[in-house]
Amino acid sequence: MKLKLAALAFAAAFSLSAQAQTEIQWWHSMDGALNDWVTDLAKQFNTSQTAYKVIPTYKGEYDQSVAAGIAAFRAGNAPDILQVFEVGTATMMYSKGAIKPVAEVMKEAGAKFDPSVYIPAVAGYYTAPNGQMLSLPFNSSTTVFYYNKDAFKAAGLDPEKAPTTWPEVVSIAAKLKATGSQCPFTTSWMTWAQLESFSTWHNTSYASKNNGFGGLDARLEFNSPLHVRHFENLGNMSKQGLFVYKGRASKPISSFTSGECAMFVGSSGSYASITRDAKFKFAESTLPYYPDVPGAPQNTIIGGASLWVFSGKPVEHYKGVAAFFNFLSDPKVQSASHMRTGYLPITTAAFKLTDESGFYKKNPGTDVAVNQMIRKTTEKSRGVRLGNFVQIRAIMDEETEQIWAGKKTAKQALDDGVKRGNELLAKFQAANK
Amino acid sequence: MEKRVLFRSTWLPWVLLAPQLFIVGVFFFWPAGQALVQSLQQQDAFGSSVTWVGFDNFRTLWADETYMASFKTTLIFSVLVTVLGLSIALLLAVFADRITKGATFYKTVLILPYAVAPVVTGLLWSLMFSTSVGIVTYWLKRLGIQWNHLLNGDHAMALIVMASVWKQISYNFLFFLAGLTSIPKSLIEAAAIDGARPWRRFWTIQLPLLSPTAFFLLVINMVYSFFDTFAIIDATTQGGPGKDTATLVYRVYFDGFRGMDFGSSAAQSVVLMVMVIALTIIQFKFIEKKVNY
Repeated sequence: MKLKLAALAFAAAFSLSAQAQTEIQWWHSMDGALNDWVTDLAKQFNTSQTAYKVIPTYKGEYDQSVAAGIAAFRAGNAPDILQVFEVGTATMMYSKGAIKPVAEVMKEAGAKFDPSVYIPAVAGYYTAPNGQMLSLPFNSSTTVFYYNKDAFKAAGLDPEKAPTTWPEVVSIAAKLKATGSQCPFTTSWMTWAQLESFSTWHNTSYASKNNGFGGLDARLEFNSPLHVRHFENLGNMSKQGLFVYKGRASKPISSFTSGECAMFVGSSGSYASITRDAKFKFAESTLPYYPDVPGAPQNTIIGGASLWVFSGKPVEHYKGVAAFFNFLSDPKVQSASHMRTGYLPITTAAFKLTDESGFYKKNPGTDVAVNQMIRKTTEKSRGVRLGNFVQIRAIMDEETEQIWAGKKTAKQALDDGVKRGNELLAKFQAANK
Repeated sequence: MEKRVLFRSTWLPWVLLAPQLFIVGVFFFWPAGQALVQSLQQQDAFGSSVTWVGFDNFRTLWADETYMASFKTTLIFSVLVTVLGLSIALLLAVFADRITKGATFYKTVLILPYAVAPVVTGLLWSLMFSTSVGIVTYWLKRLGIQWNHLLNGDHAMALIVMASVWKQISYNFLFFLAGLTSIPKSLIEAAAIDGARPWRRFWTIQLPLLSPTAFFLLVINMVYSFFDTFAIIDATTQGGPGKDTATLVYRVYFDGFRGMDFGSSAAQSVVLMVMVIALTIIQFKFIEKKVNY
């Protein structure tokens, strides 16, 4: 087997030098079934033309591949393309001279590139204040609401009717609890779902300067009366056993798929794995909101990642990158990716194409995420772009845990979080002057 | 009596030392120097904008209450891991030293955990104690104990201590066992003839003779709990709930490798370096005097 591989590699090396293909290195964080998807995309592109060869390499989880990309850049051998998760956007954006904006890459290579075809909430996240698109949206997801239909039925609730507001969530949770549920409601991604998405969904400011899009001097504002009210509400639910805290990031998902928790807020990108793991009927629905808040529901915020291009590469490489990005922007390719992975379709054309194919009718609920996103964004709902964002999320995990543990009031925790987070923002501002 | 061997040549000793010096230089002094330099700087993730900030990074640390709390957390954690790790391993070694049947099997089983990577250790323990699917959580619930390391800081601390101790017991066990087997049987037999009971024999003969091993393990375990446990913490509690299990080394890792804040991370490792150097000096100055070689 080893010999065979070596022979193959040998042959490949020879055929490459014969054709003088330009190799494009692409570092990413897609593992498991998603790794196959990425490999297939590269293969499809490589066979469609002969001038370039895209080589995808898995570099670990999101934060690890970013760290690897940055270390490689410092050592002078960065890849051509790096997949960076959404919270790393500000870090990449403010790096001086390390990256080459995608709009520039496309323009120099003479490729057609129209940023307006992208879903606004997706494109806006990766666009500079001057309107230039900095990175190519690749895999985007958003926060949605899942519920266990069987558990609803067992509690005498209508399984076809999902709660759409927070007061409804509370009353349904109470009914579930009364009929013996150990965990009526839980949420994953506490900060992304209950602070970031919650803010844009209610068209309420998360941070000043349009959530950081307006400049480095943005400061956190998520201790507003509405935010405090929401976390007081969750705190009360936690006290009554209606909301059970199940950990940070994506960890709580197993408590939904195991059937323990009946209602769950998570990533739309988890649809495929929930379908695979859950032994019960479930449905996907829009995020709950507070009906008395003007402007709610607005749109939810994206997660996932985009593709960044490093600077300082030969012109040939940029031409290859442009050709590859052109291929990725094809609505047919995007629609196929959307149906395969559950990530958002990214462009309106891809959404229409998927709709026409009858995919949403066959898989009800898969269009929830798209419908939450495909709206015209406001200044407050465009997204969040802050430095040291990974640490700010960690701080908010820590602070909100104090609420569920009964050590701090909602107001105290949010105030402390804003204070600690703002110190980090000031530091980032000083470091990136 | 002078035991030293004297070299006549002036260059030969240096040549013989060179490989060792090279390794120490590249793998210790160079990175330590880098950490010292970076701790005085503030830079963006890509290193393209670097500004000298003097002791600002350190000042921010001292002003951060949670950083001060991490000292306490680290101290509690290290003492627990070292004391528990050493005493359980010693107990097991004493028993292993006595049995005659199936000794190899017993020893092999006890050494196994050492082959498990720290991340895997963390995952194993967090699965067993998972609040949703953990088997131990389920047993504890039957006993009327509501286990929740996600929100209870003491539970979280207990979890990382258990995982870290479990991982280190094998190592300690091996050294204690080697130490015990090297104690001459005649000493123990003589004491037995004099009428000393097993407990007394252990206390007055075996333990004092084990003290060099124990001292060595004390230093190694302190260093282990200070530096090598971040993978376990990352896989189980990630420093939570709040910052209840965020030890100093975990913060270095998190702020540097996750948060890309190299200045603060470097400053923290300098603080940690100073602490460990101080601790080692104290251990060698005061505790070593009580050790009989």
